[in-house]
Amino acid sequence: MHLVYPAVLSALLFCTGLYGVLARRNAILVLMSVELMLNAVNLNLVAFDVWLSRAARDTLHSGQALTLFTIAVAAAEIGIGLAIVLAVYRNRGTSDIDKLRDTAEGPDDAEPGAVAAQKTEATA
Amino acid sequence: MSPAPILAAAPHGFLSPTGVEIAFLLVGLVTFGAALITVTTRQLVHAALWLVVALGGLAVEYLLLTAEFIAWVQVLIYVGSVVVLLLFGLMLTRAPIGRSPDADSGNRWAALAVAVAAAVALVWVVADAFRTTWIDLTGPAAGTTHVTGASLFRYWVLPFEALSVLLLAALVGAIVLSRKARAGEDAGTGADDRDEAAGATPAPVPAQKDGAR
Amino acid sequence: MTTTTLAVLVPLLPFLGAAAGLLLGRTAPGFVRPLAVLPPLAALASAALVAVRQGGGPAVNAHTELTPTGSVPVDLALHIDGFAALVAILVAFVATCVQIYSTGYLRDDPRYPSYAALVSLFTSAMLLVVYSGDLIVLLVGWEVMGICSYFLVGHYWETPEARAASLKAFLVTKLGDVPFLIGLFALATDAGSFRITRVLGTVANGGLHHPTLVALLLLAGVAGKSAQFPLHTWLPDAMAGPTPVSALIHAATMVAAGVYFVARLLPVFEASGAAMLVLAVMAAVTMTGSGLAALAQDDIKRVLAYSTIGQLGYMTGALAVGDRGAAVFHLLSHGAFKALLFLAAGVVIHAAGTNSLAAMSRMRGLRERVPDAYWTMTVALLALAAIPPFSGFFSKESVLGAAEHAAHGTTAHVPGAAGWFVLVAGLVTAVLTAAYATRLWLLAFHGQGAEAPDHGRQPLTMTVVLWVLAVPSLAFGGLAYRALPGWFDGTSLTPTLLTSILGTGLAVVGALLTYGVWQRTTRSLVSTPLGAVAAHPEGDAGLVEAEAIASHTPAYGDIAYAPDPADPGRALLGPLHRHAAVGFHLDAVYTALFVRPVLAAASLVRFLDREVVDTYVGAAGALPRLLGAAVRRAQTGNVQTYVSALLAGIVVLAVAVVLVATGA
Repeated sequence: MHLVYPAVLSALLFCTGLYGVLARRNAILVLMSVELMLNAVNLNLVAFDVWLSRAARDTLHSGQALTLFTIAVAAAEIGIGLAIVLAVYRNRGTSDIDKLRDTAEGPDDAEPGAVAAQKTEATA
Repeated sequence: MSPAPILAAAPHGFLSPTGVEIAFLLVGLVTFGAALITVTTRQLVHAALWLVVALGGLAVEYLLLTAEFIAWVQVLIYVGSVVVLLLFGLMLTRAPIGRSPDADSGNRWAALAVAVAAAVALVWVVADAFRTTWIDLTGPAAGTTHVTGASLFRYWVLPFEALSVLLLAALVGAIVLSRKARAGEDAGTGADDRDEAAGATPAPVPAQKDGAR
Repeated sequence: MTTTTLAVLVPLLPFLGAAAGLLLGRTAPGFVRPLAVLPPLAALASAALVAVRQGGGPAVNAHTELTPTGSVPVDLALHIDGFAALVAILVAFVATCVQIYSTGYLRDDPRYPSYAALVSLFTSAMLLVVYSGDLIVLLVGWEVMGICSYFLVGHYWETPEARAASLKAFLVTKLGDVPFLIGLFALATDAGSFRITRVLGTVANGGLHHPTLVALLLLAGVAGKSAQFPLHTWLPDAMAGPTPVSALIHAATMVAAGVYFVARLLPVFEASGAAMLVLAVMAAVTMTGSGLAALAQDDIKRVLAYSTIGQLGYMTGALAVGDRGAAVFHLLSHGAFKALLFLAAGVVIHAAGTNSLAAMSRMRGLRERVPDAYWTMTVALLALAAIPPFSGFFSKESVLGAAEHAAHGTTAHVPGAAGWFVLVAGLVTAVLTAAYATRLWLLAFHGQGAEAPDHGRQPLTMTVVLWVLAVPSLAFGGLAYRALPGWFDGTSLTPTLLTSILGTGLAVVGALLTYGVWQRTTRSLVSTPLGAVAAHPEGDAGLVEAEAIASHTPAYGDIAYAPDPADPGRALLGPLHRHAAVGFHLDAVYTALFVRPVLAAASLVRFLDREVVDTYVGAAGALPRLLGAAVRRAQTGNVQTYVSALLAGIVVLAVAVVLVATGA
């Protein structure tokens, strides 16, 4: 099999995930897009591992091992990520990313008091 | 995309695909399509379901690449637990059922531009670099459970054990994140029903993850 | 202990006292008074011991090089000849008296610790100047005195007069110090060393290339420090400081430094006839002008200030005729009686509650209130007027005798004209001195009218010091004039018959004239009520004085002048009185010459800064502000936007790298 097929598929999947991360509003959908990106990388790792185990007589199978590690890390990531999203949702009443703008620059020399007021408003 | 079949001196041309290649291509199209729908659909729950399709398609691709152990792990962890978790998350954050008009943020056109540019650049580079590379799938499978287990426990034992520490940290982290909300609730500052509903949820997360490993 | 060690201790002890006083002033107020009085006392003892050991013999020289300082070495050097030994005794003696007096005078002053420390530092700096054998080390003491006088004159900084006076004292003396510094460098360049012995050796060998230039540059600094015309204007205004400070500045430290410096380097000045002539003219103008001005002053301390300027004129006159023995003799006797005059004036001001002679002349019984001040001041005024046998007579006659010698052309290096200038001006000043001394005595102690207010008994520390100082005022001249030539250059200081008769006669004439006029004018006293009195029966003398100075301008319209028709000075001076009262308009001339141009230049600079430079600065600030506003708009807080920009940048970079790598 040509290596180009999995490689191109992986690139396309990665960019799809990229689009999702940048364009989605809901934080959980963003997490899904991140999963897509991780999987695209996994596909790449597996494909290259299969190729190299034949072409270069590589017995380490580092690609597959790394894939397993990535999967484990992704599982941890999704757990923590969801916990964070839920905590944010509990505190703010929303999980929309573009509404979490506490780091925004104020209209003109916004004093810290105003930001604090805004924060308490969001909390309430 | 590439005039490789004409120029390449490789023994395998693109115009005479093998069966595996055809299968890979078809499943790849399905996977890619499912991924596209995942990131564009306005129904949030559907996005999670389409993600199942995309991840399942990837599992099939792993099988086609003879990496069967990875494929089953993919099915178990991603399709079995991660997507379930995501669905739980959607429900706990009261994601609207049905079409929501504002699933995409105002950033989508910039995102599209960046994504397309990245895709063009990546595909161009990858195709240019590997247009003649051939994966030989004949012979013993490269990713059977035996082979993978042998390499994992022979060469990768130490990172593998370190990974368990990472998972333990994630477990502790998830518990801490969920306990904090309870502490705030006990202090009596913001005791609303939302907290009540969400309070106990992260508990199954580490359990499932641990099991997955 | 060797003489050198003792001599080092003399300036060092007051310095350590000052440092300790500044450090302990707040934490341990009980130590302040001992720390103020004991170091000068110890310095006095050491200085006396040094003088006994030196004994008028050959100069004691010692030096050590602290660190290499380039082409012209700077040494820590001592050069103690008879002049230095005796002047150091005077400085330490007056400083001790002033410190003792201050404990009573400023007994309730909250700033007394810093005041006492600064007086000690001042004393230490003067002693350094006196003993130093190196011109740069001398300059250090010289400048430390300048800054100390600034702080001490401005002691009552709450009053605008004191603030203005301290600034003026500092600026005017600095105006002289700049050419002084250049002169020192020029001198050292010619001599190849800053050591006084080397400089004098070079001068003796004729190695000085530009004697006139160097001498004139040095003269500028001397005129500033010693308050000689035309840089004397700071001294009368410096009366805004506390009286003990005036006594210290006038008797022993600051103004004496200039005269002492010239005395030390007299061969340098003698190398240039023109410089000696300039010195003589300066002395003559200073003497007569200050005498006339003193006759018109209303503030008792300003009278004394102008008299100091005049007496310093005598000293520079003696230097101008090449007799430094006479100059230092007069410096010593003047130090004693002028310190006494100031300290007694402080007592009088405290008792009368005013510093105005016009107000004192309308008070009866002031002399019964302060008998100590009355008698000691009488002695000091007689010494000032040079009536035999008081000490001022001998020292002044030695000056006039030296001038007479020079006028005959018998003194080497000195132009005859210089002698004539000094002689004539000295005789005229003798009349004027006697006149204003008499006027001060009559107005202050023989007033008529209401009873003087009761400010209680004067502190013992203040009155005892007066009697201590009265002894040298009375007897020093008569006892010392035979012994002193052995300490000095050896020229005789014995009064000559002609000048003695002339000087004393003129002084008596001046005194009698004033007395006659006073008898006539005093009848109109009662018809013109005048005066303002600060009454603080419980307050210390410093408080009374500060209020008296502050209230002089509102009460009389001027700090130096009172519209008193009963003033004998007015009748004596006639049309000159108005000009003399304001110091012959020299301040106005300075205002026109220096102050206004400086102010105009400052306003020009302000305009340039505000309108021209600030425009550029403002524009330089406005551009980043605009850019910042644009950047701030990008800071939406939306993380997705940030990540989009980040990834777009990565894509661009990656494409660029690929293009470069493939050589496209």
